[in-house]
Amino acid sequence: MTYHLLHERRWRVAIALTAVVAAVYFGFILLVAYRKPFMGSLVAPGLSVGILLGALVIVAAWASTWYYVWWANRHFDAEITRLRGENAK
Amino acid sequence: MTGVVWLLQAAAAPAAAVAGSAIGKPNVVSMAFFFGFISITLGITWWAARRTRTAEHYYAAGRTVSAGQNGLALAGDYMSAASFLGIAGLVSTSGFDGLIYSTGWLVGWPVVLFLIAEPLRNLGKYTFADVVATRLRHTPVRIAAALGTLTTVLFYLIAQMVGAGSLIKLMFGLSYESAVVIVGVVMMAYVLFGGMLATTWVQIVKAVLLLSGAFLLASMVMAHFHGSPTELFAAAAAKYGDGVLAPGKLVTNPLDTISLGLALMFGTAGLPHILMRFYTVPDARAARTSVFYATGLIGTFYLLTFILGFGAMVLVGPEVITQFDKGGNMAAPLLAEFLGGTPFLGFIAAVAFATILAVVAGLTLSGASALSHDLWTSIVRKGEARPEEEMKVARAATLVAGLLAVVFGIAFKGQNVAFMVSLAFAIAASANFPALVLSIFWRRCTTNGAVASMLFGTFATLALIALSPVIQVDILKHESAWFPLKNPALITIPGSFLVGIITSLLTRDAPAAAGFDEMVSAMTSGSRAH
Repeated sequence: MTYHLLHERRWRVAIALTAVVAAVYFGFILLVAYRKPFMGSLVAPGLSVGILLGALVIVAAWASTWYYVWWANRHFDAEITRLRGENAK
Repeated sequence: MTGVVWLLQAAAAPAAAVAGSAIGKPNVVSMAFFFGFISITLGITWWAARRTRTAEHYYAAGRTVSAGQNGLALAGDYMSAASFLGIAGLVSTSGFDGLIYSTGWLVGWPVVLFLIAEPLRNLGKYTFADVVATRLRHTPVRIAAALGTLTTVLFYLIAQMVGAGSLIKLMFGLSYESAVVIVGVVMMAYVLFGGMLATTWVQIVKAVLLLSGAFLLASMVMAHFHGSPTELFAAAAAKYGDGVLAPGKLVTNPLDTISLGLALMFGTAGLPHILMRFYTVPDARAARTSVFYATGLIGTFYLLTFILGFGAMVLVGPEVITQFDKGGNMAAPLLAEFLGGTPFLGFIAAVAFATILAVVAGLTLSGASALSHDLWTSIVRKGEARPEEEMKVARAATLVAGLLAVVFGIAFKGQNVAFMVSLAFAIAASANFPALVLSIFWRRCTTNGAVASMLFGTFATLALIALSPVIQVDILKHESAWFPLKNPALITIPGSFLVGIITSLLTRDAPAAAGFDEMVSAMTSGSRAH
């Protein structure tokens, strides 16, 4: 493992997560634009599909940042510490 | 967002004293909270000024801000009065549609985290131009980056100042001009004397006040509905029809909405006053963690505003809210008055004022850093400025940026500045974001490529906005516009990437290619971080 490989691994994770967030958000926007009656239908009294999905977009944004920070703190930082140790020898 | 600022603009109409409300009349409680906030923040500024001795203190708070503090400060920089009053107002009058804005304002944050925060912290010193210039030729990159930064900050600042003048006039009954001048003077006191350390703590105080105010207000709303949000939504639907729970009139042209969505998603990662915050933390790990906190805080805030909007709809009623202000901006203050009387109204009014001050302070500091660090120090002085001089130039630049904010704020009185915030996001997304990504992640990127991308992003966005319906139809009253979209991001973001890539492929930049591996090591390991 070198800094370069580590950089590329981080880049792949970053791009994949960006794509997921973009898909979730633009999926929501497209539903709002093209499926208005569906978004207005009620799942429970007072709760429409639109409100539920909108709240889920916010939750998905949280979850994606949580996952990235967990991944980076656990794997990325550990590799960097190991590489620094190797380079110091 | 366009709508939200338009709402603030509509607030310029005088609030005829509607019977039974203290809105628009200064009262003891709001004045007490207001002066309390000013004294505390000026106290912080005095404390911070004694700790601000070098340019590193002035721009980056000595890199001593913790991840938790920076998370709050990022949230403070981002949660504007437009999002608090505007979104609550939009929800109170049209229900579901407010949620479309809330999600858009939030999804930029994961992008900041994944692509920008850590490389920025490890490669840069004070501005995002530091990062783009890492392995490229400094002078052209800094000039182009400063242009993008200053354009973004200017439009954002004008929108905030005009919103501030209208809002304070509406809430406290002050004249528009005196409101703008007060905001300008207090904000400059923070930035000029206390630099980034004071600005950061003003953001933290403001974020805590705003979040606790919104939380308190939402809890009081929920108490009326047995703590169940769906019971609140059902009450709204029973009173105003199921339509309030469904998409309404906001999205008429899907392409427009997607274009605005792109600007929001990638614009946050190019906002200079947000990017600057990553230099205040000690390392990349703290930068990373701070975005996680900020995303949580901002998301919670938008969920709370959604509750506040529906609470105002049911408890106050859109017919009363629009009597005070057609756009609905007074929904949250009226709700506060309904639930907690004049004292609570005073508290919420002071929170809204603190919100404006803090956002304007952050913007001014980032504008000043582009003027002094990118233009003066790196170009006039070729990067050899003496530390004492760097501080003097920084403060002079702050004075210039602050004065411009006041002058433009007054000059744009009564203008529809709606398009300016979406323009700021579109420029940030097109001029700043693509060049950052290309220079960090693509070996083949050349100086000419990055510069061409930034220049194209700035000028193409400005040109397309000038040709768009918001200028041609809404302001110039022409029959039609040359360019169909209200926000140009759908064209300009891919355009900037394309221009950057093609120009890079057509030009040679041996030092840039040679410096790539060293840059990758530095940004991954943090070995060269300041």
